[in-house]
Amino acid sequence: MKKSKLIIDKHDKNFFYGGKFGGNFIPETLKKPIDDLTVLFEKLRNNRNFIEQRDYYFKNYIGSPTPFIYLRNLSKFIGGAKIYAKVVSEANGGAHKIYNATVHCLIAKKSGKKYIVGDTGAGYAGKMLSMAAKKFGLKCKIFMGAKDIKRQKPNVKAMRENGAEIIPVTTGSQTLVDAVSECMRYWVSNCDSTAMCVGSTVGPNIFIKICAWSTSQISRELILQIKSEFGKIPKKLKLINCVGGGSSALGFWNEFINYDKNQIELIGVEAGGPRNSKLHAAPLTNNSKIGILHGAKQYVIQDKEGQIGKTESISAGLDYPGISPIHCYLKDIKRARYTAISDEDALEAFKLVSSLEKISPSLEPSHAFAEAIKIAPKLKKDNILIVNSCGDSLKDKDIIKKRLGHYSR
Amino acid sequence: MINLIENKFRECKKEKRPALLTYTVAGDNNKNSSLKILKSISEYADIIELGFPHNTPIADGGQIQESSHRALKAGIKINDVFKIAKKFKSYKKNHPLILMGYYNLVLQYGENNFLKKCKTSGVNGIIIVDLPWPENKSFAKKCKKFSVCYVQLISPTTTLKRMKGIIKDSHEMIYYISMLSTTGGKLKVSSKKILKNYQKIKNINSAKNLVIGFGITTKTISSLKLADGLVVGSQLCRSISKSLEGGQNPVTKLNKMVKNLKRKII
Repeated sequence: MKKSKLIIDKHDKNFFYGGKFGGNFIPETLKKPIDDLTVLFEKLRNNRNFIEQRDYYFKNYIGSPTPFIYLRNLSKFIGGAKIYAKVVSEANGGAHKIYNATVHCLIAKKSGKKYIVGDTGAGYAGKMLSMAAKKFGLKCKIFMGAKDIKRQKPNVKAMRENGAEIIPVTTGSQTLVDAVSECMRYWVSNCDSTAMCVGSTVGPNIFIKICAWSTSQISRELILQIKSEFGKIPKKLKLINCVGGGSSALGFWNEFINYDKNQIELIGVEAGGPRNSKLHAAPLTNNSKIGILHGAKQYVIQDKEGQIGKTESISAGLDYPGISPIHCYLKDIKRARYTAISDEDALEAFKLVSSLEKISPSLEPSHAFAEAIKIAPKLKKDNILIVNSCGDSLKDKDIIKKRLGHYSR
Repeated sequence: MINLIENKFRECKKEKRPALLTYTVAGDNNKNSSLKILKSISEYADIIELGFPHNTPIADGGQIQESSHRALKAGIKINDVFKIAKKFKSYKKNHPLILMGYYNLVLQYGENNFLKKCKTSGVNGIIIVDLPWPENKSFAKKCKKFSVCYVQLISPTTTLKRMKGIIKDSHEMIYYISMLSTTGGKLKVSSKKILKNYQKIKNINSAKNLVIGFGITTKTISSLKLADGLVVGSQLCRSISKSLEGGQNPVTKLNKMVKNLKRKII
C-alpha cells in the first residue's frame, strides 16, 4: 500500500479496490450523472473555499469535535484493557450520518440541483439528509423499507418534521437493501433534476468516496484527541466499529489505516442476527462470495445463482446483505479483522454500557461494544480499546422496551 | 452461419416496417406458461427478448419487478431459463431470441459457461442492464466468439463521444432507451424528440439496427414506427399480472395484445 494515499483513492482506473472490489455496474442512463458527480467532487475536494465551507458546517452545524471519553466504570467492571468511546452520537441529529448528508447537500447546491433523494435503513441516514436538506433549502425524498418504517418510528417522525417525503418501499424484504434499490431506480428516472445521496459507503464508486471522505472527520478529530489524552499514539490500540454498509467504520479508521496493524488493530463488527438464525447480515465474517450489489462488486450474501440473500438483524442499520468494497479490500489485505455479534449479545452490551456509563449507544454500536466487552478481559491494561459510539439509542426505544422490558435514557 | 438477428431486421426492412420485439420474464408465471406465452406471441413478435429474473434489479419498474418476483417464487433457476429458450428454439429454430438481465447472474454462472449455454440453447443475443460500455468490452468480445450478439445500450444521457465509442464496439443491434426512466415508466418525452435522438445515433452508423425501448405500449407504438425496431415489455408483464388477478389465461391475452401491437406498426 502506498502510504500517502487516502484509502478511498486506492482504486485502479476502473474504480476497483485491490483489482476486484467496487467498480460501476450501473445502467447506461446513470453513466453521465455519475461521471459528472465524479468530476465535480474531485474539483470540490481540491478547492480551498469548499473545504472551508465544509469545515464551517462541520464545526457550527454538526458540532465537531464530538467527545472522546474514557469509560471508567465499564473498564473497571470488565477488567483487562481500557475501554474508551468516541461519542459520535453527540453530533447534530445523533449519528455519523450527518457528515455524509451535509456534504451531499453542499455538493447538490454547487451542482444547481433543487431536489435530493436518499435511502435509509435505521432511519438515521434519512433523518440527517432531511435535516441537512432543510438547512440548505433542498426538497427531499427518503426511501425506506416498510419494515424499517415500523421499527424505527422516532426517526420517521423526525424526517416528517423536517419536511421530507417518505416513500415506503414494499418490495422484497422491505428493508435497507430494497430502499437502496428503489432510490437508485428513482434516480434513473430523475437524474436530470435530482441529486442522490447514498446513505453509506456502498453503491457506485463515487458514492463510496463521498461518504467515506465525509465521515473521515471522525478520525481527524480522534487522532488529535488520542494524542492529547495519551501524549502519543498508544502502542497497543484497537479501533472497534460496527459495520453494515461500513460508513462509520471507514470514517473512524481513515487516519489510522496506514499505521502498522500490530500497533493499531481495526476491528469491524457485523450483525450476527438472532442467535439461532441463519440469516446473518455478516458477509465478511461468513466468507460470502463476491457478487454485485447496488452497482459494486463486493462480498455479498447471495445464493449460488446470484440472487441476493435475505438478512435478519435487530439493528436496521446493519441489516444489509452487502458491505462496502473498501471493507472487502481491507479484509483481503488483512488490514482489518471482521467478526459478528448476535442480537442477544448486542442487547446485553447496550444494557451494560448504558447502565454503567452516561452514554446510550444505539443497537448498531452496541454490536461494537459487545466485541469490546468480549475481548477486553483477555487483554492487558496497556491495551486501549476505542469503540465508535456512532448512534444514539433513542431511535431503538421501542425495540429495547420490547426486548428488555424497559427503556430509559 | 446465418445471423438470425440481422436477417430478421432485413426482412422487416423489406416489408417497410419496424421489427417488433417483446420482453417477458422467463418463468412468469411458471415455466410451462412462460414457454407457452413465447410460442404464442412469436406469431407476431419478430424478436423475442427473454428476461432472466434478478431479485435486486436497479433499473426495472414495478411491472417487471412483479413478473420477476413471480418467476422467482415459482422457483425459476438460470438453467430453467436456458431450458425455456432451448424449447422455444426447437419449436421455432430461426426465430431470434435475446436474453436480458443483470450481470451478477452471469458472473456467478461464469461468463464462459453462460455463453456456452447460450450457444447450445440457441440464444442469439444478450442484453446486460448493468454492464455499461467500456466496462463491457471484454465480455462483448467473448459474446462475439460464441456468435451471441452483445446488445449495447444508449440513453438520452449518453454523450456524443461515448455514443461513438459504443457504436464502434457494438454488434448488429443497439438498444436506445427512449427516456430517463426505469422500465415501465410512462412515455414522458415526445416521439418527435425520441426520433431526433434516434436519428443522431443512426447518423453515426446507419448500418446498425437500432431499436427503441422503454415506455412503448399499444398507445405509443405507432408514433415511433420509423425505428428499425420497437420493444414492448412492461405492458406485457402488467397484462400477465392482470390476467392472473382476473383468473384469465395470460397466453391468450398476450397473444391478442401482441397482435394488436403488430397491427399498429404495419
